Amino acid sequence: MKILVLIGNVPDTTTKIKFNSEKTALDASGVQWIINPWDELALTRAMELKENSAGAIEMVVVATVGRQETEATLRKALAIGADKAIRIDTEPKDGFYVASQLAPVAGGYDLIFAGIEASDYNGAAVGGMLAELLGIHSISSVSGLQLEGGQITINREIDGGSQTVKMTTPLMAIVQKGIAKEPRIPAMRGIMMARSKPLEVIPAIEVDVLTSFESFSLPPAKAACKKVPEDQAKTLIYMLRDEAKVL
Amino acid sequence: MNFNFSEEQIMIQQAARDYAQRELIKDVLERDATSTFPAQHVKALSELGLMGMMVSPDYDGGGMDTVSYVLAMEELSKIDAGTSVIVSVNNSLVCFGLEKYGSEKQKEKYLKPLARGQKIGAFLLSEPEAGSDATSQRTTAEDKGDYYLVNGTKNWITNANSASTYILIAQTHPEKKHKGINVLIVDKDSPGISLGPHEDKMGMRSSDTHSVMFTDVKVPKENRIREDGFGFTFAMKVLEAGRIGIAAQALGIASGAFERATSYAKERKTFGTTIGNHQAIAFKLADMAVKIENARNLCLKAAWLKDQNQPFGVASAMAKQYAADIAMEVTTEAVQIHGGYGYVKEYHVERLMREAKLTQIYEGTSEIQKIIISRKLLK
Repeated sequence: MKILVLIGNVPDTTTKIKFNSEKTALDASGVQWIINPWDELALTRAMELKENSAGAIEMVVVATVGRQETEATLRKALAIGADKAIRIDTEPKDGFYVASQLAPVAGGYDLIFAGIEASDYNGAAVGGMLAELLGIHSISSVSGLQLEGGQITINREIDGGSQTVKMTTPLMAIVQKGIAKEPRIPAMRGIMMARSKPLEVIPAIEVDVLTSFESFSLPPAKAACKKVPEDQAKTLIYMLRDEAKVL
Repeated sequence: MNFNFSEEQIMIQQAARDYAQRELIKDVLERDATSTFPAQHVKALSELGLMGMMVSPDYDGGGMDTVSYVLAMEELSKIDAGTSVIVSVNNSLVCFGLEKYGSEKQKEKYLKPLARGQKIGAFLLSEPEAGSDATSQRTTAEDKGDYYLVNGTKNWITNANSASTYILIAQTHPEKKHKGINVLIVDKDSPGISLGPHEDKMGMRSSDTHSVMFTDVKVPKENRIREDGFGFTFAMKVLEAGRIGIAAQALGIASGAFERATSYAKERKTFGTTIGNHQAIAFKLADMAVKIENARNLCLKAAWLKDQNQPFGVASAMAKQYAADIAMEVTTEAVQIHGGYGYVKEYHVERLMREAKLTQIYEGTSEIQKIIISRKLLK
């Protein structure tokens, strides 16, 4: 059995976001790049599954669409435990473009993990699109995944509760928080071994770019906090109703 | 000249940072209050490979360089120096000494489990009346043919209770003074070893510090490292390397306090603006940042020299003296910036200040480092 984990290369979640002067792209200077947090959890779960599979899972592969600078992120994934990394050498322009680039390398896996969205553009599109291109089942909002024999049991968070679903392979699992407890920290041994693991670079294929970014804007600065003296609870209620309109 | 870290070094730094900020932080205040040994953290740090990170993979270590070690020590120490000292002693005093000077048999038997973190080591040099003055050893290792008979007391021993393997410095030929000193590997469960009470320390309270008493303890001859009389050289060489770990620890304590002070200065308001906008506080932060940057550069330079197999004894003394002294200054200022909040435990900076004090004392006081530096200058 083989697992593929899709890896997004995103700015560290504490990055102060800036744009270029035309406001059409992120100003990436000084940005620290990390594995998309949902993808990191997916990889952690994939490693747990492999370790508990008594050899049934032979391989965990990670794949990303990006230029050479994304290799640090892939090598971290190798240090965490992935056996092999694939990088498709092009800019990840939009969800469909990325899914189309991944499709030629994503065949033949029993289970594919995608994070529910990337923490940069929050497109939440690649997993579903790739499943469609591959012609396999996909299931989203996965917050738990168990593997027994060929049978996959999935837990999903749904409105007001949770749902348990049985699925068979091949499957695209689009995962969210809960899929693994915490992202795995790479051990020294893993970091050392990452050097000698294969990192395959594949040229991009021709795909039409269907979207273009017109402009970005930052959210408004947080308004100053208003303090209500403790003996004026009524004022607070009025403010919540009339000004904040949350009541 | 290249100031960039390698991808691997950055990964190690992040791994140590993630562990410290995710796990060590959870119970650091409680362990400080109750003086509790961080057994679970040591286990987790072993699994991450941080307990023997510089040991060659041939002996089950992480095979990382000293620069990586400095980066990891800084990150752990930002949050919890009581735990990072356990890491430091195991890595740079115990594992380093065994790997560099031990025989193949000794490495196989003792180094491997230490490098894997399955066992912890302790380094037994200080005595009630001999600290950095290592030539005045009173603990004796009498040559009895097949074995040494050890008697005496060692003081201030980090990991004394949690360790399984002791690296012991003891005098065999008092007439030969420092040339009569030996270094022995001693199993902690050997008959005749007893521990004094857990020291109730000012800081680094989760590491277990005791005195260790030896009464007619038999140590097999095969447990002596190198030739008869090698102990003093061993101790000096190992301390040279150990200083890098403590320097990086002091650096981490300083930068941890600095990070807290900086974010506090951005939040806390007085007279209608954040205190960081008052020059009195802003300049403090600038001074702290310069000191930390200097300390970091000294630590990394010493580590780099060691990695290049160049002499690093003076560089490590400079790093240790400077980083320890500025750790005390920076943590004191961090408490000052926090005002009253800085004086209570919840804000961590008072603990960092208590921890900083020890870095000026152990593994050679700041004054001893100045002796090392100045002697080299005046040679």
